[in-house]
Amino acid sequence: MAEEIPKLVVESVTKRFRTRKGEIHALDSVSLTVREGEFICLVGPSGCGKTTLLNLIAGLDLPDGGQILANGKSVTGPGSDRMVMFQEPALFPWLDAFDNVMFGLKLKPHLSNKERREVATYYLELVGLDRFMYASIHELSGGMKQRVALARCLAPNPRVLLMDEPFAALDALTREQLYGDLQRIWQQRKRTIVFVTHNVREAACLGDRVVLFSPNPGRVQEQFTVELPRPRDINSVDLAQHATKITRALKRHLHPDLEEVAE
Amino acid sequence: MKRLLGVVIFFACMIAIWEALVRAGVWSPVLVPSPFSVVRYIGQALADGTLERATLVTIRRLLIGYGLGLLVGLPLGLLTARFKVMSDTLGVIALGFQTLPSVCWVPLALLWFGQTESAMLFVVTMGTLWSVLIATDNGVRTVPPIYVRAAHTMGSRGLHTWCRVIVPASLPFIISGMKQGWAFAWRSLMAAEIYVTILTGFGLGHLLHYGRELQAMDQVAGIMLVIIVIGLLADKILFSPWERFLHRRWGTEKA
Repeated sequence: MAEEIPKLVVESVTKRFRTRKGEIHALDSVSLTVREGEFICLVGPSGCGKTTLLNLIAGLDLPDGGQILANGKSVTGPGSDRMVMFQEPALFPWLDAFDNVMFGLKLKPHLSNKERREVATYYLELVGLDRFMYASIHELSGGMKQRVALARCLAPNPRVLLMDEPFAALDALTREQLYGDLQRIWQQRKRTIVFVTHNVREAACLGDRVVLFSPNPGRVQEQFTVELPRPRDINSVDLAQHATKITRALKRHLHPDLEEVAE
Repeated sequence: MKRLLGVVIFFACMIAIWEALVRAGVWSPVLVPSPFSVVRYIGQALADGTLERATLVTIRRLLIGYGLGLLVGLPLGLLTARFKVMSDTLGVIALGFQTLPSVCWVPLALLWFGQTESAMLFVVTMGTLWSVLIATDNGVRTVPPIYVRAAHTMGSRGLHTWCRVIVPASLPFIISGMKQGWAFAWRSLMAAEIYVTILTGFGLGHLLHYGRELQAMDQVAGIMLVIIVIGLLADKILFSPWERFLHRRWGTEKA
């Protein structure tokens, strides 16, 4: 079997931000490889550079050192092969739900208008919003907005989906529903997903692999493989065990001295 | 239906009180005409075509001047929002000129263009231009950066981002700027028509002016009424559809 080209390669990437208080070392030679079709979760406390890394992969920002390869090509700017789903829905209020999904599709020149409409309809149905296709954005609930945002990201058929705490602002019930939906959609149409979160349980529920980040400077500390059958239930005991293991590791990296006291 | 009835009753009462005061002889009829004489004047002016012609002349000036103002103001506003050097230069000028009451352009317009149609258009354009420019600039600056980032990840770039994301996102600001521009344009045009006798066309402002010269209070009141009605209609026809769209989409409608 030939060696598979990894979907995403992050090669000793460094990123610094200059602020009024001085320089922040957001990422310190971070390396990471993501396989085609893999669902990978980046976990860590706030300020550990996980969102920074996501923006770099998206091409919204450029690294100070190292490089990022998507599909073997160096990332120099945003591209519709890597779609981003933000923490806020970032939907356009002047368009209805359907036209929001159409926005990215209209930028795909090889599609006919009929095909675009079919694709948009398909994805809105996939996220369960067929009854709200022509609703204004403000009429939708927080969960529905994120569903539209998900449909908008999926519709142009990106190879890679980059998700930056997309469910953080939602209530627990809606979130659980969306975990189910996201897993279902991911299983139906295998995409590579990089999912950023500070919620360990969420990461264990969604990811094939969980990458643990630590702050100051942002580094990859540890990686965990989660081999549980899908769809996973966030409340299951097996999942809780995985989550506990990761949480323990997270605490160990954050407060190395506390660990000794506890044990 | 009930609402309409209330409105009708309100205005009927207003007119009745007006008529009663005139009949009681509180003021000289030269100063306060009766509502019937005002209606009679409007009827006569309509019958001999003066009012239609004057209205047409005025509205034509207004629309052309306003259109020019938009045509120049919108792109300039985008430029000042986009380029630092433009906002440091043109932006400052715009801010200064916006605070200048647009009537103040009349003397300059007269010296530059003389008693011509161009002088009128110039005044109206100057009244529109700056507030539209500033509102556009303002609107663009308040567009949440996340919209632009989202658009970029979907492959939108440059001009496409401007036309499809930044301009629509700043629509609420642009529309309110256009409305303000319209109000300024309307005011300055009336002032210009009252001050300036122009040979190329006889507008509503001129009718108002001659009403005063002839001490024809019914004419003055009648023309004022027409001016108010045109203002109201313009608001309904030009801006209401836009505002309804904005309210529906952005969800800013009052409960």
